Amino acid sequence: MQFKNSSHLILIFILIIILPQSLFAMHIMEGFLPVYWSITWFIVIIPFLLIGLMQIRKKVNENSKVKILLGVAGAFMFVLSALKLPSVTGSCSHPTGAGLGAILFGPFVMTVLGSIVLIFQALLLAHGGITTLGANTFSMAVIGPFVAILIYKIFDFFKAPRWLSVFLCAFLGDLATYTMTASQLALAFPSANGGISTSLIKFLSIFSFTQIPLAISEGILTVLIFNFILKHNKEELKILNLLKD
Amino acid sequence: MNKKFPPGFIKNFILIFILIALIVLPFWFAKDHKFIGTDDIASKAITEINTNYKPWFQSLWSPPGKEIESLLFALQAAIGAGFIGYYIGLMTGRSKK
Repeated sequence: MQFKNSSHLILIFILIIILPQSLFAMHIMEGFLPVYWSITWFIVIIPFLLIGLMQIRKKVNENSKVKILLGVAGAFMFVLSALKLPSVTGSCSHPTGAGLGAILFGPFVMTVLGSIVLIFQALLLAHGGITTLGANTFSMAVIGPFVAILIYKIFDFFKAPRWLSVFLCAFLGDLATYTMTASQLALAFPSANGGISTSLIKFLSIFSFTQIPLAISEGILTVLIFNFILKHNKEELKILNLLKD
Repeated sequence: MNKKFPPGFIKNFILIFILIALIVLPFWFAKDHKFIGTDDIASKAITEINTNYKPWFQSLWSPPGKEIESLLFALQAAIGAGFIGYYIGLMTGRSKK
């Protein structure tokens, strides 16, 4: 009983730290990052991409049954990042869908899937961009999935109900992505009188709260599809070490 | 034995209801807004902070017009949703066997 109470306290503490952050939304548009930063973010994502590619090959070679779930993780990201949803702030943004795949395959694999989605959107939809691909991949397909899996593992460790772990993983992963986008813009565009922090507050505050309802939507959708996977793909989940015998 | 709904149905129903509410409610709360994408708003904020900044690269190709853009977004959603639909059908069929 003692232990249960303290674990609840820790959960609440984590929530208090993470929740008040306000958010920026969507990808950085083509040409809107200086050359220096475009190149920097490209270099940063390369190791994540390489590890992700190796992990996909390894997981699929070990047992090709997981292919269908890999497809689901990619398709889920594809759908969600095409849905520009209205938010209470009167502007629009879209969820990222990275949480589901991060739970199933780990964050590195999501870097690969996320970059495919971003290339599709940059080339065909003029949404995001080729020059900002590195930065957008870092926020949506590195930081998002890494925060997501961290949250999932923490809540799973404290024996939270699985739906809650899944929900918070997707919810906070989504929020983390857009907080990262705001930070990237603030780093590249420090305010003339106040520097990076002033810019960060500007980027965070203008768009604050837009992403929160969308992140809740993403959390709910992720719980729905995860419950389905849990019901129908027990064998695959055991292969991926998500279920015990 | 005579269950009206399959297990999990009511739970899913409630979740989907909340989901729809989250998407529809903004139209009440923010009636006077035009629901512009936050990436467009962000680009404006950049030019406010740094008035000299000019985007140094243009999209290689842009959809000619709003309608074509929404066509392509719909295509993206359809590809993803199509696969998920295929998966759900496949698995439901498999577990009925």
